[in-house]
Order: sequence, then structure tokens, then C-alpha cells
Amino acid sequence: MAVKAAGRAASRSAALDKPSGKPELIQLLTPEGERAEHPDYPLELTPDEIKALYRDLVLVRRIDFEAIALQRQGELGIWASLLGQEAAQVGSGRALGPRDMAFPTYREHGVAWCRGLDPAKLLELFRGVSHGGWDPKAHNFHLYTIVIGAQTLHATGYAMGIQRDGAVGEDGEAAIVYFGDGATSQGDVNEAFIWASVNNAPVVFFCQNNQWAISEPLDRQTRIPLYQRALGFGFPGLRVDGNDVFACLAVTRKAMQAAREGQGPTLIEAFTYRMGAHTTTDDPTRYRLSAELESWKLKDPIERVKQYLIRSVMAPESFFTDVAAEADQVGTRIRKACLEMPDPAPLSMFDNIYAEPTALLAEERAQLEAYLSSFVSEEVGR
Amino acid sequence: MTADTTGAQAAATRLTLSRALNEGLRKAMENDPKVLIMGEDVGKLGGVFRVTDGLQKDFGEDRVFDTPLAESGIVGTAIGLALRGYRPVCEIQFDGFVFPAFDQIVSQLAKMAYRSAGHLRLPVVVRIPCGGGIGAVEHHSESPEVHFVHTGGLRVVVCGDPADAYAMIQQAISCDDPVIFFEPKRRYWDKTDVDLAGGLAAALPIDKARTLASGTDVTLLCYGPMVRTCMEAAAAAAEERRSVEVIDLRSLSPLDTETIFASVRKTGRCLVVHEAAVTAGLGAEIAARVSQECFYHLEAPVLRVGGYSTPYPPSRIEEYYLPDLDRVLDTVDRAFAY
Repeated sequence: MAVKAAGRAASRSAALDKPSGKPELIQLLTPEGERAEHPDYPLELTPDEIKALYRDLVLVRRIDFEAIALQRQGELGIWASLLGQEAAQVGSGRALGPRDMAFPTYREHGVAWCRGLDPAKLLELFRGVSHGGWDPKAHNFHLYTIVIGAQTLHATGYAMGIQRDGAVGEDGEAAIVYFGDGATSQGDVNEAFIWASVNNAPVVFFCQNNQWAISEPLDRQTRIPLYQRALGFGFPGLRVDGNDVFACLAVTRKAMQAAREGQGPTLIEAFTYRMGAHTTTDDPTRYRLSAELESWKLKDPIERVKQYLIRSVMAPESFFTDVAAEADQVGTRIRKACLEMPDPAPLSMFDNIYAEPTALLAEERAQLEAYLSSFVSEEVGR
Repeated sequence: MTADTTGAQAAATRLTLSRALNEGLRKAMENDPKVLIMGEDVGKLGGVFRVTDGLQKDFGEDRVFDTPLAESGIVGTAIGLALRGYRPVCEIQFDGFVFPAFDQIVSQLAKMAYRSAGHLRLPVVVRIPCGGGIGAVEHHSESPEVHFVHTGGLRVVVCGDPADAYAMIQQAISCDDPVIFFEPKRRYWDKTDVDLAGGLAAALPIDKARTLASGTDVTLLCYGPMVRTCMEAAAAAAEERRSVEVIDLRSLSPLDTETIFASVRKTGRCLVVHEAAVTAGLGAEIAARVSQECFYHLEAPVLRVGGYSTPYPPSRIEEYYLPDLDRVLDTVDRAFAY
């Protein structure tokens, strides 16, 4: 048993902002595409690494775009767009090691991409073919969780397991859990903060504050910047520019490493904006002003990386056309996968409920099978 | 329902279920300044199903307010508001999201009157859109009514059509007991005539079932989304010269057993139809009571048509999970085969 409340390093207490102060926004790449430095978050990236991040951002946005189109055409029941949140997801997703475990909401398509999950698997859930159905262990990427905030406790418990496995240390593992600004009001999330804190669990709370919980603006959930809540629970919190993929990468790397080494949880508030609707069934024009949307367009997470690459002459024009072409290929591929996706067999609803099927389920399955075959024989009879 | 059908028709307006509930809420708020509406997105957005559309604009943000995103908080603070003399109407956005509030509903809302030896009453309404058939992702298609039926101290009702819903929501709000109020979400856009001028005095009491079709061969007991399905089944069965009685239970707790028993004693056959799993569902309760009270009148065992003992399946195969016209008729055939 390696459960031990390690003393917190002095440098980490510096991350605790004064609650009364103006929130500090950690930023390493300005909306104009200029590189900024931060003393606590030095970040050295090679041109290839930057180009890889750019590619991730573009492909993830393209996947999202294709899924919205598929929903509009009736091929998906619903889609929860990540538009505007690509940097928060790619930056944090690329900060994870293969042995780290990620717990998503239902909007983490960018994190799923970084973990190597085939985007077509995501479409299954939104098409109504499965409830997810992927093996979370295959990519260390848990199932999407739709009940708001529930997964924060799962990540915390998983992190407590890491502690008990003795997998905390220089070469340790950690969990990261994603949730939104709305979720911070849920009891589960607050309980997760407490459990993670008192256990000093190796978990990073990654809150994408996209300013809106369906129609409710942030002030319905909080009167203080969300990251400052961490202080009350006894661990550091910080706010990062959620549209800055460099900063999201840097802060998540540091928080994950701290967790792996036994320094406990961190709350990261990625300050971003939900550029689209809550889901494809939502109509944001009913409750928010277009001026707000316009102001956030100027902070686009992808455009700033592109500007940086161009200005620093790291990428020729052909790089951008190549990425755009690859994005179209990915879009075409997932569209094809979606259209070819067979409906599940009706009787599959009885599968995987228990480790071994029960007699009751076997009976019900047989009933449905007989019932369905009665139609077939009637049709044949005609 | 009333003798004065001509007067009712004169004042009738054709409304969707969503709109009828909206009008009912509006009427209740006009009649009683203590009535509040609270929940996620109920304000400016008017609820994801638009049931509270326009109410915040007309009654203000003190009476119609968006809450933080926390269902336990919604019901828990509604209890506090009720203790202070208000009549809160809570909206839970979808059936599958009621469970974070389950503790407050089961352990607090249901029991406080009893614990206070009757000194306290909690006139709280918890509105929950329920049921499947809309192609939704998980947690958006469930039928959790029996969890609440099993809990003493709660009234549990389900509206079946716009005309009835308009009166029922007002009755629920004026009721001094906590009421779990289910709304069949796939029927939100169904329309009927609604008598907006009709007072509650003429309306069927909230704890009574209503007989929607009279018949002599078999009784179909249903509620919520299955009301329309069973009416369609009755019409189809009539073509095969079977006389089907359809009863909309409306109130699941308490159950109007008087109406149920009278019908089954007449027809001798009884089917209970609901979307929820048959295992330990409302049909099981009704089957036990009907077997006990109508034993010598029964031509066949009480049969149940409902969901399977599985989690709600992915929407692409929900049609196989949900009872439909064919499954109801198939079960009617089975009832006649005994």
C-alpha cells in the first residue's frame, strides 16, 4: 500500500492564486499567434511537434464538422459539437502518457482522437447503434459519460487504485477527468474534489469552462472563477487559455507529472467558449447574443497556431493544403463508416448485461426471438 | 368528464401536450403567487421541450428561475422553499437525470410530512419527461416511475394527452402532497382540444383513472405514452370484432383500483401496458391485486406488455424494446387463447 499524503512542494503552493486577485490566464500563444512565455510553464516544442498539434486541431474540427453534417442529414440522432474547444482537448490530450487514464464527458472527441480511438466509434453512440461500446482499456480512454459530473468520482477512485498499486512516483501513472462549467455545481464533482484532496489522489480535474451549460451562463453556477474553488478543497487550481493549445499542453503536462509523482490533484480551468450549440437539438440564438460569439471568433484556437507557423516560417504553404486534404479524407472515411454502420441485431440488447446471462434474460430473449420470427413466417406465408 | 360538453367544445383550443402543460402552469401561477418554477434551462430557453416557454418573461426571475446544474439541489431547495410556504414546480430535464435527486425525493420529500406527524406538508411537484421512442442517447428514454411508486409518501401521476395534462398539472400543483409528475416526451407534440376556460372543479380528480374506450372482452390498462398506442390497438382489435376497454390509469400512486376491478370483472381479461421493464413493474403490482380481487372473473391470467429486463437499449433497436401496436395485439391474442 502506497497511500500516503505527501507534503506539497513549495512551488505548487505558488500556483494557488489569491482568491481576491484578478484571475491569471496562463497563455503561451496569443490569439494573434505570438509566442508568450510563462515562468512556471516553460515549453519547448520542435517545429514537427507544433505541426503535429496543428494537424490534430484541424482533423478534430473536421471530424466534428462531418458529424454535424451527418446529424443534419439524419444519419446521427444527435451530436455534441466541440467547436471552439479543440485546443483544450488536444493540448490536454497530448499531455497524457500511454499509461495515464482519461475519463471524458460526451464532448471529448478531441481527447478521443489523441488517445487513438477511431472517431467512427464515437459516431456509433450518437447514431444510436451502441452506448459507446469501445474497450476503455484499449486506449486508456473511458466511455463517454452523459450524466453530468458522475465520471469525476470514477476518475478519483481509479486514481486511488493507482495509489494502492504503488504506481505513484517518478515513473507513475495518473488519471485525468474532463467536465464542464455546469458540472461544477453537481454534488458528485464536489465530492470528487474532496475525495481526491483527502486521499492526495493522482488525478487532474480538467474543467473546460465553455461559458454555457445549455442556456445557462456561467453566473448561474459560480460567483468566483472556477479554478479558485480548488483552494477551498485543498489543492491547487489554475486557469489556462483554453484556446491556446501550447498552454493547455504545458499546464496539463505539469499537473499530470505532479499527480504521477504523488503531489496530488490539480484543478485546471480551461477558459474557452462553446462556439456551437449545446447539441444539434439546441438553438443558442434563443438565449445568447451573437456579439459574444463574434468576440470569441477572434480567439480561434486553430488560426493562432497557423499564424505562428507561418510567421516563424516553420511550415510551407503546402503543409496547410496537405493537412486540409488529409482532413477531408478523414471526413470522407468517417462518413463512409457511418453510412455503412449496420444496426445492431435486436437480440443483442440482451448481451453483456451480466457476466453470465440470467435465466430471466434468456427467457425474454427467447420470447422476443419467437415474436420476431412470427412476423417472418407470416410474411413467408403470404 | 363533464356533462356540459357543448360549453367545453366552445372554449376548446387545439394544443400540443407541451403547450397544454405550459398553459396549465401559467394558470396555476396566475391563481397562486406562491407557485414557483425551477430547474435547468427553464428560464430564457423555456425548457428543452419548451414547457415553460415565456413564463419567466411574464412572471419574472423570482418565480421562474434557472438553477445551478444539480438535480439534488433542485429538489432539496424546493423542499426548503416549500417549508417556507412556496409551491415549487421542479423540472428534471430528462428521466435519467432524476437519480442525483433520488435521495432528496425518497428520503426527504416523501417522508417529511410523516416525520413531522403531519405538522408539515410539502406541496412540491417534480416534473419529469419520461419514456423512449425519440431516438435519443442513453439516459434520455427511461421510465423510472416505479421507483417512486414503491416509495410511500409520494403521489405519482402520468399525463396522457393535452386536455388531461392541462388540468392534471394544475391539480398536482394545488395538491398538498409531493407529486412526481411524468410527461410522455414522445407525445409532447401530439395535439388535442383543450378547454382552457374549464375550471378544475369539473375536471376528473387527479387520483382517478379514466376509461377512454368502453369494451366487454378485454381491459387494457395503460398510462402516458402507451395511451395512444392502446387506443390504436383497441381500434385495430375492433376490426377483428374484439371489444377492448382502454383505461388510462393517470395516477400510479395511489392506484384507482375501483375502476380497474370494475372493468376486469366486466371483461374477464386484463393486460397492463407500459414502457418500463415488466420485472417488478407496475404491471406486477396490478396483476397481483387483480388476481386477488377479481380471481373468479378472470378468463385468463393478467398479462403484461412492457420493456425487457435490460438497460434501455441503443435507439436503433429501441423499437424492439418498446411495446407497440403489434405487441399489444399479440398479447391480446394470447389473452384470448386461454
